[in-house]
Amino acid sequence: MKLLTANFVQCSVKACSATPKCFPLHFDQQTADVPLELAHEDVDFSPEFIYNILPRIDWPALLITARELGNNMLPETTPEIENPNAPENEQILRDLHTLLLETQIIQGSMRCENCNHIYFIRDSIPNFLLPGHLVQ
Amino acid sequence: MPEYLVLLAQTHESFRKAELEALAVLENISVDLSSHDEKSPFLYVTLQDDDEAKRLIQRSILARAVYELWGKADSENALHEDVRHRSSSRFEKYKTPSFKFDFISHRGSRTKSQQRDMFESFDYLGFDGPIKMRDPDEIFTIIEEYEPAYHSNTDPPRLSHIFFGRFIGESQRDVVDKYDLKKRRYIGTTSFDAELALISCNIALAGPQKIVYDPFAGTGSFLVAASHFGAMALGSDIDGRQIRGKKARNITTNYDQYKLQSFFLDTFVGDFTHNPIRASFKLDAIVCDPPYGVREGLKVLGSRDTERYADKKPTVLENGDLSHLRPDYIPPKKPYHFDALLDDLLEFAARNLVDEGRLCCWMPTANEDYGERTIPKHPELELISNCVQEFNRWSRRLLTYVRKVREGDDAGLVSSHREKKVYSQVQFRDKYFSGFSATANSVV
Repeated sequence: MKLLTANFVQCSVKACSATPKCFPLHFDQQTADVPLELAHEDVDFSPEFIYNILPRIDWPALLITARELGNNMLPETTPEIENPNAPENEQILRDLHTLLLETQIIQGSMRCENCNHIYFIRDSIPNFLLPGHLVQ
Repeated sequence: MPEYLVLLAQTHESFRKAELEALAVLENISVDLSSHDEKSPFLYVTLQDDDEAKRLIQRSILARAVYELWGKADSENALHEDVRHRSSSRFEKYKTPSFKFDFISHRGSRTKSQQRDMFESFDYLGFDGPIKMRDPDEIFTIIEEYEPAYHSNTDPPRLSHIFFGRFIGESQRDVVDKYDLKKRRYIGTTSFDAELALISCNIALAGPQKIVYDPFAGTGSFLVAASHFGAMALGSDIDGRQIRGKKARNITTNYDQYKLQSFFLDTFVGDFTHNPIRASFKLDAIVCDPPYGVREGLKVLGSRDTERYADKKPTVLENGDLSHLRPDYIPPKKPYHFDALLDDLLEFAARNLVDEGRLCCWMPTANEDYGERTIPKHPELELISNCVQEFNRWSRRLLTYVRKVREGDDAGLVSSHREKKVYSQVQFRDKYFSGFSATANSVV
């Protein structure tokens, strides 16, 4: 699962979706069975895609996720970029590209702060199915 | 403005116009397609210039090629007359470039020497440039069509139309073969026909810098089609086995096969009625073939036994472990109604699509009871096309909706005004198995 995806998934329990605590899901507690594993996977760089997706990113949530995964380098607010092809913007767009699209969470777990349900990621694929007692 | 001839494939005719309309939107081209005739492989369009013509069909699956129209008639003699009348002012421009002639016949054929005679009958064009069979500067094409021979094989076929034009550009029809399911490494029982998947993604305006989502992704048929056009593809499915595949054959290896790895966003296992995508995250398009439960009854998360989880407590195993934390835990599922799922899908699309983003969704219908009523509606979505693929007793439709532009402060907010609906007890699945004849009894 890419970090971009982590920025748009929340707890799938219906009762949680009404609370602000259902997003983002947290990587702060990992289990011994499924230890957190990150990897870098190359993706062709498209400055326009990053530029286009930037307004859709929930920046505070991205900061939380990045911090929980050990990255404290992000600016506090969404970078303001007017022209994705301007040379002065290349570095920041490349950095975001690496963070959002090339950082793979191979395995690990995500926790909902509201209900504490744990969602596992295995073989890069998160599982959002719910046990019977969490389905309305 | 010059007139162009678009040569169309004689298949999936009801999708051709919708595809071209979508491509015109993508390329920001204003074009009148009202003369489109589903029975004819020819479509005349008036466009600004060659560049527009090229751009209009360069992504098309159902067009074959586009030509600048130099003449059209119903006989060879009349064609020459029309070319002289319509295009003599063009002759001078093509006096010196290299060129070749091409010949295309519908429902007919001509021998090589007959074709050569035809080419030579155009000597009045006065082209002096070298004839090059490979990479000429210009290709001039004669296209003819014969009337269908309904009854006898003895009468010679009658010429109905003949055209002469200058080749402008090709479509992408050849990629249908590249994505053919027979050559795809990872497929399943629900894999979707490659040609129609590509067409669906064209109609959905899938393209660079966009995110396209398939909530019923299965083996990822729509994902690779969307990625082919340069979109970042996101997929989910309640069936984790299909999403994961096998070690050496899965959705990711399909992406490797087509060298599209950079256009794969993610897949996740999830139930559409408990979708984890946050409401504020906007998608550019949704393309899907929702499960109508012929292969398997339609299921969503939940339990048939409403009492079973009434206490909202997790199940504890004998050894004290919580059952749902075991890696082999299988969540309970219950049957669901297809119409309810479609309504959920429209509601999700209204909530999560960008303004003017598109929902392209396939829907099966039993021909006997198809009517306006059958098409799901949503106040925030405008139905813009309804294309049909006919089978013997049933058909399936590609419904395309556009998310209306949100107004003012309302942007992104959709009130939940859904009425409680009572869904018909007879489902498509039941009709499918009863041969669409007598009204079947429901299983739900």
